[in-house]
Amino acid sequence: MSDNIYKPYLMEIENIVEETPDVRTFRLKFKNNEDAEKFVFKAGQFGEYSVLGEGESTFCVASSPTRKGYIECTFRKAGRVTNALANLEIGDTVGFRGPYGNTFPVEQWEGKNLLYIAGGIALPPMRCVIWNTIDLRDKYRDITIVYGARTVSDLVYKNELKEWEDRPDIKLITTVDPGGQTPDWKGEIGFVPLVLEKLAPSSENTVAVLCGPPVMIKFTMPVLKKLGFQDKDIYTTLENRMKCGFGKCGRCNVGKLFVCKDGPVFSYEEILTLPEEY
Amino acid sequence: METTRKLIRKQSVEKLYNALTSNRQVYAPVVAADKQIEYRYNPGFAEVTFGHIRSTLSVKNVVFPKVENLFFYTNARSESTITDIDMSRIPEVVLWGAHPCDNAAFDTLRSIFCWDIKDEFFSKRLEKLAVIGLSCHLSDEYCFCTSVGLSPDSKKGSDILLSLLKNGDYHADILTEKGNEIVKSAADLFETVSDEKEVITEVKQKFSHEQVTSKLSAAFEHPFWVENSLRCIGCGACAYVCPTCACFDIQDETRGKNGKRYRSWDSCGFGLFTLHTSGHNPREVQSQRWRQRIMHKFSYMPERNESLGCVGCGRCSSGCPVDMNIAEQLEALQNI
Amino acid sequence: MDNLVKRAKELLENKTVQVVIGYEAGPTGVIRPAFITDPEKAGKLIYNDKCDQNLAVYLTKKEVKNFGKMAIVATLPVMRSIMMLISEQQLFAESIVVLGISADGNLLDIADINIMQGYIEKSDLSNPEKYKALLAELNKLNPEEKFAYWQKELSKCIKCYACRQACPMCYCTRCTVEVNQPQWIPVQANTHGNMEWHILRAMHLAGRCISCGECGRACPVGIPCHLLTMQLTDQVYTYFKVYAGTSDKMNSVLSTFEPNDKESFII
Repeated sequence: MSDNIYKPYLMEIENIVEETPDVRTFRLKFKNNEDAEKFVFKAGQFGEYSVLGEGESTFCVASSPTRKGYIECTFRKAGRVTNALANLEIGDTVGFRGPYGNTFPVEQWEGKNLLYIAGGIALPPMRCVIWNTIDLRDKYRDITIVYGARTVSDLVYKNELKEWEDRPDIKLITTVDPGGQTPDWKGEIGFVPLVLEKLAPSSENTVAVLCGPPVMIKFTMPVLKKLGFQDKDIYTTLENRMKCGFGKCGRCNVGKLFVCKDGPVFSYEEILTLPEEY
Repeated sequence: METTRKLIRKQSVEKLYNALTSNRQVYAPVVAADKQIEYRYNPGFAEVTFGHIRSTLSVKNVVFPKVENLFFYTNARSESTITDIDMSRIPEVVLWGAHPCDNAAFDTLRSIFCWDIKDEFFSKRLEKLAVIGLSCHLSDEYCFCTSVGLSPDSKKGSDILLSLLKNGDYHADILTEKGNEIVKSAADLFETVSDEKEVITEVKQKFSHEQVTSKLSAAFEHPFWVENSLRCIGCGACAYVCPTCACFDIQDETRGKNGKRYRSWDSCGFGLFTLHTSGHNPREVQSQRWRQRIMHKFSYMPERNESLGCVGCGRCSSGCPVDMNIAEQLEALQNI
Repeated sequence: MDNLVKRAKELLENKTVQVVIGYEAGPTGVIRPAFITDPEKAGKLIYNDKCDQNLAVYLTKKEVKNFGKMAIVATLPVMRSIMMLISEQQLFAESIVVLGISADGNLLDIADINIMQGYIEKSDLSNPEKYKALLAELNKLNPEEKFAYWQKELSKCIKCYACRQACPMCYCTRCTVEVNQPQWIPVQANTHGNMEWHILRAMHLAGRCISCGECGRACPVGIPCHLLTMQLTDQVYTYFKVYAGTSDKMNSVLSTFEPNDKESFII
């Protein structure tokens, strides 16, 4: 690697999964073996993915660090770069810079119950830590995943949801917004906060990880508080706009922090100390 | 190294300049046809101005150009390649006649570009830069270096600092090894100091930056921001003329299959700076963006980068089309 | 000036408006816009020949509009901007009170849009004299020289977009330069990209520019970019006999088709 911190690794698209009509998951392999061997990352970190000629876009590494040799990313077609990414095919080149940012403190969580709550396209930033903890299943107590989307077709990682559902050591609750169900839908129908309230998981020795659209977070937080969760035991990731990924370009600056350096993972306790600019 | 002071006669200054331009790029201020003060590479000595208060743009572009190419690429699907920039080709530059505020800004920029991961583009350019500063013998109502811990003859950031003497000669403070090298290359031009008085302008202190910083820690929700930024039209002039503003954008530009990725100046004053793809904007209105500008420079940077994001050059205020006068606002903030 | 202060105070006191947009002298003596909401502070308002910013730019700014009904100190260019903003449906005539200022600096009695229209129609709408001379100089150059002139001037541009932000007619929330699918204009401030930006800006203002010169005044690096739009103002007048901002029902010359339009560009 040169001293040029802006130069991406070249990655080859090894596999593409069409999660929903506008969401794709890429499996990316380093073109250069040396890069692959040196590359290490931890759950929660993110990268800058690029299509040469279109620019870079920021998303979390969606695969677990326990699974070596590749990384995965999941993105929704939304802007210039993600639209260009969606037009790529297996074998095409993607640029990748990273890993950047902090990590979920999975070591600190050992011996605890884990409650993952995700909405819509916010499951991907959590998928990494979910698999990370599932792959080290012995170290954690109960693992509960609550995942909601607007409609059944908006649920991502359908194969994995099936796998998690079938595992006796994981409790998975999926839900879709009222009206978003199909005739054969067997999961819950209702908004995530309500489903969570009904489920009423214990806050005893439990860490909650919450990712989703602002409106979901807004209504889920009071439920978690009611269940007795402390601010320090609730984690989320912030998604401020970024360019460089290493605290120089100024874009993700919130208060004295940079989301790209001090985040993207924050406990709710930390978030309360930030100005509301996220 | 131990700093020394020498004398350089008026006539010798020209000789020094010509010696430097003979084998190096010298970036020096001139008065352009439209009366703007701009820096150019190797202008003739007769063109170089010694009597300017502030150049229109700061000199930050010698280390942080308005456009910096990051790498070149060929996009050919599976056969795509990247060609790195050869940073060894970054030229040696002598910055000539820049004032102490501008020179102090290099340290501020370093605190942004080199905290944590080092930005090689910036640091290589800074490494190749030698600064022959010029103390200020003139100032105007926009200057406020003394309010941000500097002075019209601050040595920070200069390798050699020239100060005008009453008789037209200059004192040369040789401050670094780089400066010493330049002096050695033209040793016969430097003489023993005289007791002639230096002409240094007086810049009145308008506020205490420590007090501003301490007030800002509790001022985020203060109505001050809306009241004092209604007239801000949200352009990037203040940020672009600022010697310490370092926010940037990264973009690709392609012709056919070939192109380059570059970074270019950006500004937190623009509405799109923080706009998410979803349409959500953490800083939706101009008062929030103006607050960010002040908070970043006077609260976040002191805490995070251990540097103040302002050197008191006054460009943002003199260049502002609607008189958003930063010193005036900081003075007011000190007393809220 | 006393009349202006008195009128502004009245409007605020009887709650006809919630804010008066005018000029004040800042602490350093520089004239700048003022937003008066308290009738007791109306005395800050001034008007003199240094009050040259086009205040109409604030009529579309969210945080100013939030106050409610606005009164605005309006010289001829401001009045013409208001006409354009109403024509382009960016402003309701009912949401403002116009404190018109005559060419010799006196307060006009502009009770409604029709009276304002009458005043505008009586005024000289061609480019201001000081700019006419500059344009005439420029027009003596041949095309190559002209191109070289603009290339040199525009190479100074740093893309701070002060020209755009200062212009009352540049109210788009997402400017064409910020559209990136496709990226019409390169983001970087190089000579080529700068020229593209300024040509695009001038073309978007052709037939809409009211010749206030605000873009050039705002430019921090001294590019006379107002001469580009003013040149087009002259051309639009030459070909279509229309000046912008003369009524509240203007059709933009370059986006309106009429059967008798000249079509000399079609071969």
